[in-house]
Amino acid sequence: MSAVELSSVSVRLGGADVVRGVSAAVEEGGWVGLIGPNGAGKTTILRSIAGLVPYAGSVRLRGEEVARLGRMRVARRVALVPQEPVLPEDTRVADYVLLGRTPHVSAFSRESAHDLTVAGEALERLDLLGFARRRLGSLSGGERQRAVMARAIAQAAPVLLLDEPTAALDVGRQQQVLELVDELRRERGLTVVSAMHDLTLAGQFAHKLLLVDDGLLVASGQPAEVLTEELVATHYGASVRIVADAELGVIVVPARALAEADL
Amino acid sequence: MSGTAEAAPGAARTPGARLPSPRPRALWLAAASAFLVGAAVLGVLVGPVHIGVGAILRATASHLPFVHVGSKLSQAEDAIVFELRLPRVVLGALVGAMLAGCGAAFQGAFRNPLADPYLLGTAAGAGLGATIVVAYAPAGTRGALVPAAAFVGAVVAVAVAYGIGRSAGGRGAVSLVLAGVVVASFFTALQTFVQQQNVDTVQEVYSWILGRLTTAGWREVLIILPYAALSAVGLVLYGRLLDVLAVGDEEAASLGLDVRRVRLVVVVAATVGTAAAVAVSGLIGFVGIIVPHTIRLLVGGSYRAVLPLSLIGGAGFLVLADVIARTVIAPAELPIGVVTAFFGAPFFALVLRRSRVTAT
Repeated sequence: MSAVELSSVSVRLGGADVVRGVSAAVEEGGWVGLIGPNGAGKTTILRSIAGLVPYAGSVRLRGEEVARLGRMRVARRVALVPQEPVLPEDTRVADYVLLGRTPHVSAFSRESAHDLTVAGEALERLDLLGFARRRLGSLSGGERQRAVMARAIAQAAPVLLLDEPTAALDVGRQQQVLELVDELRRERGLTVVSAMHDLTLAGQFAHKLLLVDDGLLVASGQPAEVLTEELVATHYGASVRIVADAELGVIVVPARALAEADL
Repeated sequence: MSGTAEAAPGAARTPGARLPSPRPRALWLAAASAFLVGAAVLGVLVGPVHIGVGAILRATASHLPFVHVGSKLSQAEDAIVFELRLPRVVLGALVGAMLAGCGAAFQGAFRNPLADPYLLGTAAGAGLGATIVVAYAPAGTRGALVPAAAFVGAVVAVAVAYGIGRSAGGRGAVSLVLAGVVVASFFTALQTFVQQQNVDTVQEVYSWILGRLTTAGWREVLIILPYAALSAVGLVLYGRLLDVLAVGDEEAASLGLDVRRVRLVVVVAATVGTAAAVAVSGLIGFVGIIVPHTIRLLVGGSYRAVLPLSLIGGAGFLVLADVIARTVIAPAELPIGVVTAFFGAPFFALVLRRSRVTAT
């Protein structure tokens, strides 16, 4: 049984068909990358898996229909890291990470010792113990990203959804974040679905890529099958050269002759 | 209180150790309670007639059952303490607790640090209710009817704002706040209309609008008490869920929260509390902003700490403000809303400045 299975999923938002009949499956412990141009529907697909938008069709988590699970139970199965998380400035890092335990705490009770321990471990795993009492507003960009990841880990959901996890990061930080996700995936057997902009990185980390354009799934498969010059040209309107490297995988390079000096 | 200075204890924690629970620390609760008790003692002691601490304590003991201590107070002094000053202190504490606690709650429910307890039209609704009674009710019945009419007006205004906000299609907080603005303008227009038709009672309406804690014994205290208790319990119970709401509607939903229900419950609890406070005291500004912000600066942003501490701190703050209102131009009395605004506005400017510095 697949960890996540979409069958003919369509989502209509504000009168527009944002996702149109997408079907795909994500295997347990796998990493699937969602790629496609801006506005293709990547974020909406992630939101439908997290039960945050009404959809037609079927979204199943280990066979259970998301729309019928109820919010709390979806949140115990799926953790979502949005592209631009809201970080309340005055909240302390420890309290923020503890929010990840929300789906495990019933309405008027408070976090159990177990919840505090799990959140503590998440903080430790992301090297944030020294920041536990700091306010979110005082953190740097990279530290914020780690706090958000720690909250998602504390949620202890088997499926981790990442929406452009590296959008605002420099090349070093991008690698670090993705390596971290990959380590966590191996350690905990997580299933990862991530929307990604950088096609080379997407091909290096994901086992399978889904290319969406205008709400439609237009290609899927191994990175080498999806990252072709034709597909990228058609759907991104980009002129790229694909370099297949035995060690590094598929490298997507913008194709442009070197500029001549205008001197 | 800089974040960096505080990182050390966290770093010293042994690896894998459990996180501290985000409940308010006993020390802060004790400090806030001490502030409230201090303000209350001052409130009972200060007044045009000097009555000593010892005499008041003896008299208090003499009122307790099974304690056989004779009071040294004359009947008049006894009445001053137990029928004038004490009910006023208790009323001030209840109103202050409500305004500060409900202010914090509205700030959490709408994720807007500038939200105040009157945000959704409570003030305008209460104002209309009170004005109608002052203008049309027979003179003798006004005292009893004004609180009831103000309460009803406040609740109606928020209910209408909520209805408009919902029907505007917004799940979000913005449409609700805008609806509050619309309702407030409309109710204020109605109030002005009623007021202009009855210019002879304008003075009475104004004194209500400026806010006051003058009481006729314990009556107002008994009016507000059940609503205050209900509101306070509701808000403290929802503190943890307000913390979840702080990450935004979408993320809160992804954490399993029923955002709409939580916001509705918090708005109802805060409206009941605010309406009760407005009903007995008129409009007292700034308390709902100053107190929660001060508490955030001291203990951080978790509503589990901010809500209970705002309730206690707000109580002490308003009792203290009332002492100032009664003494500064004695034997005359300033409206308490003038005192809270006089200290509140500059203080608020400082808080804004300070929060900007720590945020960067």
